[in-house]
Amino acid sequence: MTAPELSTPRERIRSGRMRRNAERWSWLFMRFSGALLLVLIFTHLFVNLMTGDGVQQIDFAFVAGKWASPLWKVWDLLMLVLAMIHGGNGMRLLINDYAHRPRVRTFLLWLLGIAVVVVIVLGSLVIFTFDPCPLDASGDLLSGVPDFCKDVR
Amino acid sequence: MTATAEAPAAGEVASFEVTLRIRRMNPEGTSEHGAGEEYWEEHTIQAHATDRVLDALHKIKWDIDGSLAFRRSCAHGVCGSDAMRINARNRLACKTLLKDLNPAKPIMVEPIKGLPVEKDLIVDMEPFFASYREIMPFLMTSGPTPERERLQTPEERQRFDDTTKCILCAACTTSCPVFWTDGQYFGPQAIVGAHRFIFDSRDEGQWDRLEILNDKAGVWKCRTAFNCTEACPRGIEVTKAISEVKKVLNTGEI
Ligand code: SF4
Ligand code: FES
Repeated sequence: MTAPELSTPRERIRSGRMRRNAERWSWLFMRFSGALLLVLIFTHLFVNLMTGDGVQQIDFAFVAGKWASPLWKVWDLLMLVLAMIHGGNGMRLLINDYAHRPRVRTFLLWLLGIAVVVVIVLGSLVIFTFDPCPLDASGDLLSGVPDFCKDVR
Repeated sequence: MTATAEAPAAGEVASFEVTLRIRRMNPEGTSEHGAGEEYWEEHTIQAHATDRVLDALHKIKWDIDGSLAFRRSCAHGVCGSDAMRINARNRLACKTLLKDLNPAKPIMVEPIKGLPVEKDLIVDMEPFFASYREIMPFLMTSGPTPERERLQTPEERQRFDDTTKCILCAACTTSCPVFWTDGQYFGPQAIVGAHRFIFDSRDEGQWDRLEILNDKAGVWKCRTAFNCTEACPRGIEVTKAISEVKKVLNTGEI
């Protein structure tokens, strides 16, 4: 007896086989980063909006004050990186679902990758090169800077 | 809804009129419709409270329009050949009573989604079966064949009991939004089929199957939409089975 003729009408893309476990790590990352992001984001929102004067307190000085502490620098960096990779990975899954033509898929994936990298680089630059006491062209402190700048400069 | 004005006599089954809106397609075309054109067709028939959607389809095919094409074999929920999209949900026509579907409104009957339609309610099941074959749905063992049956405790049997109930009707796979859009995903049924062997203590091919399901088109495509669990006419907890396979892949323990 011979086995029935097997035919595969839609050829499967076997890229998962080349990078074994890649999709598994992606899935695990989404689970853990998702849980962590919930904590990070809701704490961030609580600290910014519920403590002190609430939404009224948010201005240049407030941000400068927060970023004077390394804790918030790390916190914000973690939020930035995790949110971008988490969201980017989600978009990657959507592109894989909906973009069937290989050219379009490759193009969109590159576009997404570049967007994620650019935002992470720009965001980290802002966090780490942030100057809480910027001077204007004449060398005086700009208005709106936090009070402690007068002691520093 | 019910046509009878007076209360039905004892033992008499209530009868009512019901309209079926059927999604049709004839690959050769008809006098009114072009080849391959999809269109809706309505038929109103007299039905009883004990009638199922399949009975209504029979009535149409046998008495009104013999060209209506659909699959069925056992007519009792065993063979899995008559899964269709009835009122936008995948069900077996032979297990769905008309009276449970609000017969006051037309009942929509479409072929299951995501597989190529061949004619009317008949779809090409080949991609679905191809996925099933790919997970190797047969017992794999090593060593000499024992003279008696391969023994198993009731607890060991219980582990995969749920997934042995599958009748390969494709209701789950064709209710899955990832399967609709993606076209690569193995689909819930293939994972149910693999689950049945992966958790069978007598089987030794678990890791071959797990390796296949670890693929890009495998379990990780599942976004736990729960459509499959809702669709399964056998009441299999499909999403749970998929999660159990994911867990084994993550922990490495069966
Ligand atoms: S798991 Fe349920 S819905 Fe899916 S093919 Fe099997 S019996 Fe049908
Ligand atoms: S005809 Fe066999 S399951 Fe419905």
